[in-house]
Amino acid sequence: MLIAVILGFIFALLVPLFSKFLKNAIPFLYSALPLSLFIYFLQFLGEIKFRGHILFRFEWVPSMGIDLSFRLDGLSLLFALMITGIGFLVFAYTAYYLKGHQYLDRFYGYLSMFMASMLGVVLSDNLMSMFIFWELTSISSYFLIGFNNTDPASRKSALTALSITGFGGLVMLSGIILLQATGGSYSFTELLNSSEIIKNSTSYAWIITLFFVGAFTKSAQFPFHFWLPGAMKAPTPVSTYLHSATMVKAGIYLLARFTPLLGDTFWWNSTLITIGAVTMVYAAIHSVLRVDLKSILAYSTISALGILVFLIGIGTEKALLAAGIFILAHALYKAALFLITGIIDHETGSRDVSKLSGLKQVMMPVAVAGFIAALSSAGVPLLLGFISKEVMYEATSQFGDWAILLTVLAVLTKILLLVAGFWAGIKPFVGKLPLEFGEAKLPSPLLWIPPLLLGVLSLGFGTFPSLITESLIQPVFSSISGSDTIVQLKLWHGFNLVLMLSILTLLAGGILYWLWKPSNDLFQKTVQFEVVSPQNIIENGAKSFGSFAGLWTGFFQNGYLRNYVITILAFLTLLMAYRLFGEVDIYIDWDQISNVSHYEIIVVVLMIISIFFAISTNSRTTAIVALGVVGFANCLFFLIYSAPDLAMTQFSIDTLTVLLFMLVLVKLPKNKQYSSKGIKVRDALLSMMFGSLIAILTLEVFEEPSSSEVSKYFADNAYLLAKGRNVVNVILVDYRGFDTMIETVVLVIAAAGVFSLMKLDLNPSKKDL
Amino acid sequence: MEILLIIIIGLLHAGGLYMLLRRSMFKMIIGLILLGNGANLLIFLLGRLVKGNPPVIEDGMKVFSDIYADPVPQALVLTAIVIGFGLQSFAIILIKRVYKVLNTDDLDELNSTDEEI
Repeated sequence: MLIAVILGFIFALLVPLFSKFLKNAIPFLYSALPLSLFIYFLQFLGEIKFRGHILFRFEWVPSMGIDLSFRLDGLSLLFALMITGIGFLVFAYTAYYLKGHQYLDRFYGYLSMFMASMLGVVLSDNLMSMFIFWELTSISSYFLIGFNNTDPASRKSALTALSITGFGGLVMLSGIILLQATGGSYSFTELLNSSEIIKNSTSYAWIITLFFVGAFTKSAQFPFHFWLPGAMKAPTPVSTYLHSATMVKAGIYLLARFTPLLGDTFWWNSTLITIGAVTMVYAAIHSVLRVDLKSILAYSTISALGILVFLIGIGTEKALLAAGIFILAHALYKAALFLITGIIDHETGSRDVSKLSGLKQVMMPVAVAGFIAALSSAGVPLLLGFISKEVMYEATSQFGDWAILLTVLAVLTKILLLVAGFWAGIKPFVGKLPLEFGEAKLPSPLLWIPPLLLGVLSLGFGTFPSLITESLIQPVFSSISGSDTIVQLKLWHGFNLVLMLSILTLLAGGILYWLWKPSNDLFQKTVQFEVVSPQNIIENGAKSFGSFAGLWTGFFQNGYLRNYVITILAFLTLLMAYRLFGEVDIYIDWDQISNVSHYEIIVVVLMIISIFFAISTNSRTTAIVALGVVGFANCLFFLIYSAPDLAMTQFSIDTLTVLLFMLVLVKLPKNKQYSSKGIKVRDALLSMMFGSLIAILTLEVFEEPSSSEVSKYFADNAYLLAKGRNVVNVILVDYRGFDTMIETVVLVIAAAGVFSLMKLDLNPSKKDL
Repeated sequence: MEILLIIIIGLLHAGGLYMLLRRSMFKMIIGLILLGNGANLLIFLLGRLVKGNPPVIEDGMKVFSDIYADPVPQALVLTAIVIGFGLQSFAIILIKRVYKVLNTDDLDELNSTDEEI
């Protein structure tokens, strides 16, 4: 199983090798991959029917509870079969569709990478590895949408798709982590046992919200739907494979997968029904306003995804059954329609549905495939679409108080989708063949067999539902709903409400198709509403966020060092002041304060005056002298309070500094007044606040009883261990000898810097500087 | 007395910060030195003030018999003074160089990158 999942990655990695030695064989080689995987998964059908689900366990990061476990049950098997089956058709179709393309090998590499990631998503039992595969599908989708990398529009769409789905993925990741924190495991199978605990926990609302964002972005639900029409810039095989049959259904898969675990609560159901209903109606209306075949299909796909969300939201057994069938039915007919669109585009060079007609005369087999797909999408009896539609109406019409509203919405969507489907599958083929398409001809069977095959499956499953009822639909239904009810699919239910609704849909859809012609004018009229479309709003939001970030950075990172200092210190001061005045009791413990003698007063006054002079004077010499006095006053403090070493050091250093200052800086120009009065006042205020804060903090710390164990140890052992009587010196050269050595190194570096700066000549031509 | 020292520490910090925020490089260095002095005094004060009893063991004795000033803050401050001198001398020479090359004392004229020099 592990091999089956990662084989696609291996193939993707081998592309450079193959393209060097086996360039011509690549299409065959790569098409063989999904075909063999399809056969591999087919043989599980029997086992799943009896055992429900199979687990495959491979360790990966056991310490974090992340492993590569795979869970094969009805739902994941259905998806795996769709991924590999439709994958095979798409791989084969591409061989001809992109024949001779420069980067055909690369394209196959991306496709196999995507296929493997998608298989990983639907098969993973561990949610962490599912997330990783989930993101890999986004990344491979990015490459595939931007495959025509010379086209800026294509690159932009690829980026939009990646940002939307990538964003959703990250949101989902937080959901997964929260789920793990609540349920205690990353394994879906293990989580199933604690379903009730999770549903009753306080984080349940968060978990489902986060999962919803992940699912809605991936499955293009309103208001995140707009990346999907944009993604149609990709070559048609990609649109077929990723953007109708598989990747966009990953969100649906997620919702279906988590229904037994998180579903069946008020918020789960009502959110899904609302979002699904909005999406399906909104996108269905959009789909009949377009003229580009791929746009029509893109919007009808969004609408179909909306239907699926809606059905999962309804959550009754019938609705989940309808969802299960519809996933398959939709994949079959929508993939066929996309492939047919690709053929039409390939042969006529046009996708404008208002111009295309009469192609039946030149490409009959394609037309047949188109008819079947369109009829299946419309839900005509004997096709799989009919069964899914019947079950869906049954589900909506039995949904309590809201039955009427939900049924009306479903019928409305279905009518519009019927028109969209007919436009894509029937309209291009009937009527008169215009002269401009006269040269179109039937392409290679490699192109038209895949859609025809999909049509045959729609027809076969639709006519003989028993073919799939027990083997596939039953396990799918059981794994979505978690119930054991036996599924029965019938073509004939007798004359009842559901049949009436079906007939109504077909009649109304047919009439609408008859009356409403695709026209570019109509599409142009919708353009004016773009301003309020979610795409526009989100894009503008992203833009203004960008400019906000620019302003923000420009404000704080303005290039003036002192402004940084001001910002940091102002923030710090205000924050500390808030704490100090709010919660700290400031007092002076007079017991700890010593008396003041007259010589101390003199030093203090000296100090204050010289600080004042150093700050206020405009003369450089005065400032330097005042600074010197500050230093010497400091020196006197050290002397008075028993620190002769400090006094000596301070004295010599201060003398040196003053001398250096005098020697070097006297030649500088006169001090200028740079700042305005306002700035000075601001700085002075901040400085005073900062100074007071430091003073108060010092007082607070001073009042705290201090522990002097370290000092005591040093003092007691200075002579006994280090044979020195001056404890300060002993600390410096003995206990902390290494520090002192490094300090010496620092001084040497500073001296070297000073020396080289004095000797350095940046501008040799101006020696006189 | 400690209260007066605390006030001086506050003054040194306030004055140092104020000078640090000037556009003139010369004043900036003054600010740096004032801040350094303030910080040294702060650390020294936190070792408590003791008059006339330096942490030196008297001749003939092996341990202290009397009270003594806390040696650890003194050692710290000693290091700080010396390192501070390294910083100050380097900064002084540096602004001299800057002035020579750019002919200005104004920090705001140093906002451009190297290539314009």
